[in-house]
Amino acid sequence: MRSDPADYELIAPSDLHAVLAQLAKEPGEWLPIAGGTDVMVQYAAGKLSSRKLISIWNLPELRRIEVFPHEVRIGAASTYTDLREHDVIRREFPLLAGAAGCTGSIANQNRGTLGGNIVNASPAADSLPALLVYEAELVLASVRGPRRVPYVTFHTGYKKMQLAADELVQTVCLPRKYSQYLSYARKVGARNAQAISKVCIAGLGRVVEGVVEDVRIALGSVAPVPLRLRATESLSRGTTLDSGLINSAAKTAVAEIEPIDDIRSTARYRAAVAANLVVELLERLRVSGSPRG
Amino acid sequence: MSPADDRRQEVTFIVNGEQRSVHVHPMERLLDVLRHQLALTGTKEGCGEGECGSCSVLMDGALVNSCMVPVLQAQGVKIVTIEGLGIDDRLNPLQEAFLACGGSQCGICTPGMIMAACHLLQKKTHPTIEDIREGLAGNLCRCTGYLQIFEAVAEAAQRGAGK
Repeated sequence: MRSDPADYELIAPSDLHAVLAQLAKEPGEWLPIAGGTDVMVQYAAGKLSSRKLISIWNLPELRRIEVFPHEVRIGAASTYTDLREHDVIRREFPLLAGAAGCTGSIANQNRGTLGGNIVNASPAADSLPALLVYEAELVLASVRGPRRVPYVTFHTGYKKMQLAADELVQTVCLPRKYSQYLSYARKVGARNAQAISKVCIAGLGRVVEGVVEDVRIALGSVAPVPLRLRATESLSRGTTLDSGLINSAAKTAVAEIEPIDDIRSTARYRAAVAANLVVELLERLRVSGSPRG
Repeated sequence: MSPADDRRQEVTFIVNGEQRSVHVHPMERLLDVLRHQLALTGTKEGCGEGECGSCSVLMDGALVNSCMVPVLQAQGVKIVTIEGLGIDDRLNPLQEAFLACGGSQCGICTPGMIMAACHLLQKKTHPTIEDIREGLAGNLCRCTGYLQIFEAVAEAAQRGAGK
């Protein structure tokens, strides 16, 4: 049943400090809401358990993208549109700009935020495999001060994360060292647009003189959390990616994932698609390193 | 509920060029406030969960689904709805092109579709067909099959609607 607005509180402090003070005063009581693309869906369906909401939409401290020599710092309430229209993100982090551009409609990209995608913690979130391969770090803010954690350790289980009740994801930091890498992304869903993924992949790699110097592979929707395929990566690193190796890598990838049957797909289909995506990524990488390039 | 529990408050924003204040619960949906309090019923409700785009409006120039905006977040912003597009009694070129090309049939998706097209033409005055498809991808239509709609947007762009 639809929610009654009279049952809900919503406050909109004018700066981050006031938001953090409120979270510290009543830890766990206040649900942050930015563009509402997830929260308002639950609200409409009468399934929002929190009755107290605190708006972080358009707070200047959370909606800016700062470029430093060694990293880009993205305010967590930056929208998908902010990401896909930012020159440095487009040029140096095409996997993130690409994920932002294929997440939902333009209206949802204008309101959905990167931080929201992180804390909503869907295993199918399209931007999260990109954060894994870029080895993003998160700055978590609270009145106790900021702390910085590698994104890869942030999600600890299905919808579980390392975020204290008084903390807010403030910034997503991306190291600027991938401009020479080949990027590969694909989203497999029921349709090309506007569909939640059955499986999605983000891959990054670099081949020097025919040998894989570095490769990073992350998949969405194949485990309780977005997953980095460490074993598949180490098997491929240092090799020339011949067909035997690529076949073994695909098998290793299937062994690394833990797909399930759900409303969008089956474990069997997901495993088959994951293997094919890993093969496609490695083939691209091999071709990128061949003399004819 | 006793009056002390009444959490309603004033929220002020500009709608179609006019400043309006409403006395609302902060979690009321912008869509409901537009339709019920301000009688701007051109904005339609379809799915109520951000999938169909029929409630699209512009908020500070950005296309948004008004069913997903708590009204408190509209404090101080500029909103444009379908009612704000015409100039005096004349239709906006986009509206004329939708009429001319058969881009509107049952009409439920039309206001949202036109707002999405308006947002697209603000960003790209001469969109390609791919740009049009992407720009309208969040707006569902069950009547036209979309081709007349794409044609209407291309036609409006050609007539300079994006300038």
